Formats: sequence, C-alpha cells, structure tokens
Amino acid sequence: MQTKQDYLLEVKNLKKYFPIKAGLFGRVVGQVKAVDNISFSIARGTTMGLVGESGCGKTTVGKTLLRLNDKTDGAVEFNGKDIFNLGKDEMRSIRPKIQIIFQDPYSSLSPRMPVGEIIGEAVREHNVVPADEYDSYITRIMLSCGLQEYHKDRYPHEFSGGQRQRICIARAIALNPDFIVCDEPVSALDVSIQAQIINLLVDLQGEFGLTYLFISHDLSVVEHISDTVGVMYLGSMVEFADKREIFRNPLHPYTKALFSAIPIPDPTVKTERIILEGSIPSPANPPTGCKFHTRCAHCMDVCTKVDPPMVDFDGHMVACHLYPAEGRQ
Amino acid sequence: MSKFIVRRVFLAILIVVFGSFVVYAVIRALPSSYVETVARQRAQLPGSKSYAEWVAQLNALFRLDTDVFTGFVGWLSDAIKGNFGDSFMYNMPVTEKYNNVIWYSVALNVITFFTQTLIAIPLGILAARKQYSKTDYTITFFALMGISLPTFFLATVLKFVFSINLGWFDLYGIVGRYYEQLSPMGKLLDMAHHMVLPVVTLTMLSVGGLMRFTRTNMLEVLNSDYIRTARAKGLPENKVINRHAFRNTLIPLVSYMSYLIPSMFSGSMITETLFQIPGIGYISFDAMKMGDIPFTMFYSVFLIVLTQVSLLVADIMYAVVDPRVRIN
Repeated sequence: MQTKQDYLLEVKNLKKYFPIKAGLFGRVVGQVKAVDNISFSIARGTTMGLVGESGCGKTTVGKTLLRLNDKTDGAVEFNGKDIFNLGKDEMRSIRPKIQIIFQDPYSSLSPRMPVGEIIGEAVREHNVVPADEYDSYITRIMLSCGLQEYHKDRYPHEFSGGQRQRICIARAIALNPDFIVCDEPVSALDVSIQAQIINLLVDLQGEFGLTYLFISHDLSVVEHISDTVGVMYLGSMVEFADKREIFRNPLHPYTKALFSAIPIPDPTVKTERIILEGSIPSPANPPTGCKFHTRCAHCMDVCTKVDPPMVDFDGHMVACHLYPAEGRQ
Repeated sequence: MSKFIVRRVFLAILIVVFGSFVVYAVIRALPSSYVETVARQRAQLPGSKSYAEWVAQLNALFRLDTDVFTGFVGWLSDAIKGNFGDSFMYNMPVTEKYNNVIWYSVALNVITFFTQTLIAIPLGILAARKQYSKTDYTITFFALMGISLPTFFLATVLKFVFSINLGWFDLYGIVGRYYEQLSPMGKLLDMAHHMVLPVVTLTMLSVGGLMRFTRTNMLEVLNSDYIRTARAKGLPENKVINRHAFRNTLIPLVSYMSYLIPSMFSGSMITETLFQIPGIGYISFDAMKMGDIPFTMFYSVFLIVLTQVSLLVADIMYAVVDPRVRIN
C-alpha cells in the first residue's frame, strides 16, 4: 500500500445528484443519483481506469473532478486541498493543473477558431509561459502531440478525427497540467487511430509526468493503459483494485460479467460469457440494498436490504455481500 | 468566389424583374384606379367631355391603354434608363418625391436599428446565460409584451404619459412650432426631439423578436461541447461567452439583421401615421390607396432591389464572420 502523501487526487464519498423537476413551478420531485458515494485515490504518475456501462455516472465523476459540475456532497482533494473549498482566485490558479480530454473531438473544438488559438488561448490566459516564448512553446507542444507547425492557422474542420483528438490533447497538455481526465478519448475514433492516440497518451505521461483518470467502456483499452481500475455500476463503485489483480481475479459478480464480455482475438478460445438479465435500473429510483441485486445471479436475502460496504482485501476493494469483511474468501 | 458572386447577381436581377412584374400586374388589377377617379371628377365639371372620353384621354396620357404585359415592358425599358416617370398624385418625378420623404423614415429606422440591437442582443445573451431563472422569465415577459402590444396602443400610451401628462414631447409632427427660427444645430435637435417617441415605440416593438432570436441561438451554442471545452480550459466566464459563444451566435444574427436593412427603407406606416411624420410609410400607403402606379412601382422595386443587395451583402458578411466560408 502506498502512503497517503503519494496520492495526487483523493475522492472521498463524492455524491452528485441531479434534481428532477416537474410541474408548472419546477418543483423537485426526485433525484437522479448520478454519482452516489464514490471514493478512490490516484497516485501521482499513474493511470486509473474507470469502467462501467453507459449511464453509470463515469462522465459525471470526470466533470465533477474539474468542478464543471457542482457536487452534492463529499470531497475532491487535489494535492491535499479540497477543490470545492477553494475561492474564486485559488480555483482559477488550479484550473490549468486539472485538464480534461472529451469524448467527441468533432464537437468539442470551437469551429471558428484556428488551431493555434484553440491550443494557445488558455496558455496566455493563465500565463503558462512568458510572452516571448509563447510561439515556440505552442509549436513544441504541437510537435510533441504529432501535429505540424503549419497546422496552427488551420481550422478544426480541416482535420480528421484522430488529428482533432491530437489537438484536444495538445490543448490540455499546453497548460502544463498535473492531472488529466480522459473521458472516453478514443471511443469516437477508428480502431487503428485508437492505438495511436493511446500510445500518444502513454508517451506524454512519461514525458510530462502526468496522472490520468481514464474513463472508458472499452475494457481492452483500460487494461492496456491503467495501473488501477475502478468499476462503476449505477453511480456506485463496486470494485477497485490494481489492474493485474482485477483482471486476473475479479470478485464482484458485475465485474465478472463485464470482463467476460471482452472479446478474445482467437476463435479457438471458448469463453464463457455471463449474460446479465434485464437492463440497468433507473438511477432516479435505484433498487434498495445492493443496487446490483436485481440482475445478480448470486442474489441473497441480505442483498435486497443492506447496501454492501466497500471492503478492502489488501488493496483489492469490493462492495459485495459475497465477500464479508470478516474472513477473506 | 467571383464566379459565385456573378451567379448570385444574375439571379438577383432575375428576381427583381419578375418581382416588379408581379407588383405591376397587381396594381393594374386593383379596383382603385387613379384615372377613373380623376375622369369622374373632370366629367362633372360644366361643359366637360364625357367620362368615357376622359378615361380614354388619361389612359393614353399615362400609357395605361395597353395590356398589362406591354405596359410592364414599357415601364421596364424606361426604368432601366433611370426614368421612373412622374407621380400621378404629386405631379413631380417619383424619385424626387421619394427623396423628399425617405430620409425621415431612414433616420427613424436607423436609430431604431441601433437602439434595438444595443438592447436586444445583451438581453438575449443574459437571458440565455440564466436560462429558466427569474431574470430570464422577466426579460421574456417584457419582450413578449413588446411583440404582442399593437403599435397604436403603445404609441397612444406613450403620448398620454409623456406628451399630455408630463409635457416633455410634442404630440405629433417632425418639427416644432418655432422650427424656422432655429439655428441649423437647433433644427437638428428639434427634429431629434420629435423622433424620441416614435423611436421608443418602434424599439419596444422590435426588441422582443431580436432578443428571442439571440437567446435561442445563444442557448444552442452554450450547450455545445466546445463551450464545455472552453470552460475546462479554465477561461474566465466572460471570455467563454464573448470569444467562444457569442462569436458563433453572430452568424444567424447577421442573417437576421440583414433582413432588417430593407425594412429601414420601407418605412413604418402605422407609427408614422400616428406621429404624423411625413415618411415613406405614410406617403406610399397614400399612393397605393390612390392607385399612383409610378410611385408604387418605384417604391416596391426599390425594396426588392434593396432586399437582394442586402442578401448579397449578408452572404459576403458570412465570409467575414465565419472563416469556414472564406474562400482563398
């Protein structure tokens, strides 16, 4: 186990609820629990993968870490400071340190701004480099992301998807961040381009000493890039462990089902796929007890009543009644 | 680019010719014939020619004794040479009459255009930024009230409050009683003073539409992914709004406002009538009512040409505000 000081980012019991409004006067009639009591930590210089099916709250976690959303409860500590307690000026000085790469490189670039300006605008805004080094700095960043200097005066629509994602990455890197949330950065790309972008991210991590939160539903990609992996289901974290450990020995029934769906590029290998019954329940009205019990093959009485706590087995954490805190399985 | 402009201009000319033909045909078909009105009056004079003779004579004089198509061709060939004929009613060249009255309307509408833009666009942006808040609902409420209230009602209320009760402005007219005795600067100020209420009326009527249009377009842009990116970059909110969001809202706004340019020259009939401003709105209405064909033709064709020109300008303006349209 690493000591506390090594963590760049610590998320403690983070909750993000979205109100459901109805009627003429927008009365709040319920809440969508997009993120419900999530805790995890990311060590400096490592990558944490965050997986889960669509709508389980992965992106909300990412956006809340940047304070693009407000939180409902809990804490996000970056370098030991809770970002939700920072004042306006302090928050502004920390913004360049936490960056995000969005999923869709087609829509997330301002269409009427040349690429050099997209990358450099915030660099000037936050005085990342002195004014006389600005031009050469932007060029250097672009080159390290696989872009050419003459791309500066072009507009986003003149680039392909992979190049656009390189622009998004260059944009994030240019602010000299410590931490980057990669919100499904390759999902919108061709498989052949995906590999290039993933490798670029890995290279940049080595070059700049970055820490990543890598949000994805593509388990193969997560397995390739991550050091630790967290699995989310319906707004909650169900399992969190070292990558090797979790892929070798998944504990939670949901993780098992999820990992059994990874395609293996060898037709002779027979895999036993665990098919989950039903579909993901509504996060506005989640099941009582363990949220997964409606689809779990190992559902017990206690599952329908008690929400299982996160139990730590030497760094392999799982929230499931099959693995009670006393006595390891 | 030049090929595109040439094609656009050619199309515009075609539209002007067909448009003016439609207008000409409609005027000729109208029941209010200037010739018949005049002939009826003249025929009643003692010792005059008969009504039928007067009609024939006047028709020949005004070249209305031909069929619609021939008449139009005659008008068109004169118009191309820059000769739009004399107004039936005012007994002077239509261009001269037009020139006498148009500037009142243009001044009124240009001022309105600026006040409207300066009020509506910031309000629209504000409403979009605070969507579904009390601010948004308040702005929308007053905007819709401006759209919904009839001109005559609004103008009457304004007159009642500011002219009758407070006595700040004259009830109507474009110049005051002592206009002739004023210095040139004083004359200008006097006119400006008389334009306040009409401009306020016109502004209140038009702010709503532009504000709603700005709000809708701004909302669409504000919800797009690249605004999220701009925020994630850590840009201050006013830069996110001004540099990223508003810039992309400008394109629909430019095309919306390009439609306002021709309307500046068409006058505002009701407002001008209520405040008795001798602008083009009031005069052209009178001309149409009396069947003054040369004046109505000039008025309509002028607007058609203006619309075409402003659309062309808008297309070129797109290239200025939208670099993606720019052709190297």
